[in-house]
Amino acid sequence: MSTKSQEVEALVGQKYRHGFVTDIESDSLPPGLDEGVVAAISKKKDEPKFLLDWRLKAFRHWRTMKEPNWAHVHYKPIDYQDISYYSAPRAPANAPKSLDEVDPKLLATYAKLGIPLHERARLAGVAVDAVFDSVSVATTFKEKLGKAGVIFCSFSDAVRNHPDLIERYLGMVVPPTDNFFAALNSAVFSDGSFVYVPAGVRCPMELSTYFRINAAKTGQFERTLIIAAEGASVSYLEGCTAPMRDENQLHAAVVELVALDDSQIKYSTVQNWYPGDENGLGGIYNFVTKRGECRGRNSKISWTQVETGSAITWKYPSCVLKGENSIGEFYSVAVANNYQQADTGTKMIHIGRNTKSTIVSKGISAGHAQNTYRGLVKILPSAAGARNFTQCDSLLMGPQCAAHTFPYMEVKNPTATVEHEASTSKIGEDQLFYCLQRGISAEDAVNMIVSGFCKVVFKELPMEFAVEAQNLLSVSLEGAVG
Amino acid sequence: MLEISDLSARVAGKEILTGVNLKVNAGEVHAIMGPNGSGKSTLAQVLAGREDYEVTRGSVTFEGRDLLSMRAEERARAGLFLGFQYPVEIPGVNNVYLLKAALNAKRKAAGEPEVDAYEFLALIRQKMKFMQMSEAFLSRGVNEGFSGGEKKRNEVLQMLVLEPKLAILDETDSGLDIDALKVVSTGVNSLRGPQRAVVLVTHYQRLLDYVIPDQVHVLSGGRIVKSGDKTLAQELERRGYDWVMESRVA
Ligand SMILES: Nc1ncnc2c1ncn2[C@@H]1O[C@H](COP(=O)(O)OP(=O)(O)OP(=O)(O)O)[C@@H](O)[C@H]1O
Ligand SMILES: [Mg+2]
Repeated sequence: MSTKSQEVEALVGQKYRHGFVTDIESDSLPPGLDEGVVAAISKKKDEPKFLLDWRLKAFRHWRTMKEPNWAHVHYKPIDYQDISYYSAPRAPANAPKSLDEVDPKLLATYAKLGIPLHERARLAGVAVDAVFDSVSVATTFKEKLGKAGVIFCSFSDAVRNHPDLIERYLGMVVPPTDNFFAALNSAVFSDGSFVYVPAGVRCPMELSTYFRINAAKTGQFERTLIIAAEGASVSYLEGCTAPMRDENQLHAAVVELVALDDSQIKYSTVQNWYPGDENGLGGIYNFVTKRGECRGRNSKISWTQVETGSAITWKYPSCVLKGENSIGEFYSVAVANNYQQADTGTKMIHIGRNTKSTIVSKGISAGHAQNTYRGLVKILPSAAGARNFTQCDSLLMGPQCAAHTFPYMEVKNPTATVEHEASTSKIGEDQLFYCLQRGISAEDAVNMIVSGFCKVVFKELPMEFAVEAQNLLSVSLEGAVG
Repeated sequence: MLEISDLSARVAGKEILTGVNLKVNAGEVHAIMGPNGSGKSTLAQVLAGREDYEVTRGSVTFEGRDLLSMRAEERARAGLFLGFQYPVEIPGVNNVYLLKAALNAKRKAAGEPEVDAYEFLALIRQKMKFMQMSEAFLSRGVNEGFSGGEKKRNEVLQMLVLEPKLAILDETDSGLDIDALKVVSTGVNSLRGPQRAVVLVTHYQRLLDYVIPDQVHVLSGGRIVKSGDKTLAQELERRGYDWVMESRVA
């Protein structure tokens, strides 16, 4: 052991003790970030050494990096020493005791989303009986999945029970040094989800993180890893549709997808973090790195996202198309209202021959919002016969919002075809008046027109999510027109 | 049913209606003719409640109610229908879905229950058959990719489903082939009745051969400059508009 790492161990041990003094009392680490904190998180989760080393490597790299500033978003500098990197669920003492104590505005939103009453209570942070915690539901899922050989568990469980898979695949698609926020996540991630679908298995049900909403609440730095082995297929739904009530809170997640030969991964997100109030106060800073790698031939990765929340969204679900004939898809609806800022899009990196990608992006801006599409289609010299189709449409509601489109293309193979279509339209006064003249209220008319605009993306969502997404959209745009 | 007195309105700072007077009784069909740009569509849109048009003078009552104080959707629910000169496309919004929402909004305002989905489908199938429209239009987006004539047929279909008390049809006959003109005319005639009224904005006598008007008006320079019975339309067809203006000046 080198003296250098001995020093680190010593430091870690010391900080760890210090860290845990507070920890025992409040089950959270004090604000601040150094190697001791990283080690304390790892220790707290009883992680194997390779993972601690991996975290520390990421942390050391992160310290050398600068926060990116190329995105079309503005916010006050984040003080990374002022954030607590490990915190357990809120103490029941602070939580509201019943629904009567919860902000009625929040409850009205839940009602509109059609979330069942007991679920509403849970989302609002009411200390409810554990019966509502879907434990039994989770168990029946586990049995059915277990029979099929599918592993679906929390990231921590996966580290404990399948360390070999974690060691092999973690960081394969998003290396810990990838970007500022990914590096930070790699150092301090708290928990997340893990999915492994073995060769030839079609996952027998849609996997969803919905019932693990409590975990999501504490996890500002989640990590998701999904692996589809040869010929496997899986559809994964992510999203707690609960608006969060916290002040500008940093959320820097990493999602990695690995698709081997002839496999398919469909990843759907309905994101509705708290966007801040009408005046732009509060809300989540959502800086997420999502990337899928089509490693195998004939593999397919499809991202579908409906983004209505967060004060700031910085998110570019991407596909690295390595395998021959592999397919990448990105379907997105991004809504920004009031003072929300969204900078989102995708990257399609074509490496293998005859790889194909489709991008459909629908941006909706209202109020004072800024909505940016940023996309990169990169076709490497090796990607003979590659094809891309990109369509970006923006819908503006009102005079003070803005939409920006930055489609970058790098085509290094002459046999590739790349098509791009873009449009920006104001929500038609004519369309609105047409509906009003038929007796339809302004609110319903706007919902109808916007849903029509997004239809091609909604079609990609699993049925029950499509309904939820539609409801979400109307809640987000409430009062945007008329 | 409809009483317009001294109605003036402007858009984008420009005075377009300059004192319109018109009275339409229940059971009547009125035709409004007039040169391009004379303000016919503007009048129709003002009556329907489009906000870009600012009413500067005058009053309008609809079944005794002050029409100008009602919002556009309230006017529609009260039974006023506008067949648009240029029906707009709403991509991705299902044609039937919009129509069902419209019917339900009207029923709700009248304190009636929402229409049953099966009943509605039966109703719309029957009306589409009457309008000789293919069922393919059931599943298409509102006017999305419709031809000019198909859009006009769709307007009449909506009118037949909503059964308005007062239908204002702005050049619903323009752009129709001869068979379609007959279908549309039959549609309009089927709505005629002692409790309803129709205002047809048109440039052509041929529509009025099928839908025979009780009165014909000429709108020019933002006001009605001449009114008469159905023979006025025939005379306009023969002689154009110049003589109307001249006789007015004289
Ligand atoms: N939004 C607007 N801004 C400026 N001018 C307008 C606007 N809307 C209508 N106008 C003008 O008002 C006048 C009347 O237009 P309107 O559409 O009512 O005519 P019309 O009688 O229906 O003509 P047509 O027979 O061609 O349909 C025209 O000169 C038109 O250019
Ligand atoms: Mg006109």
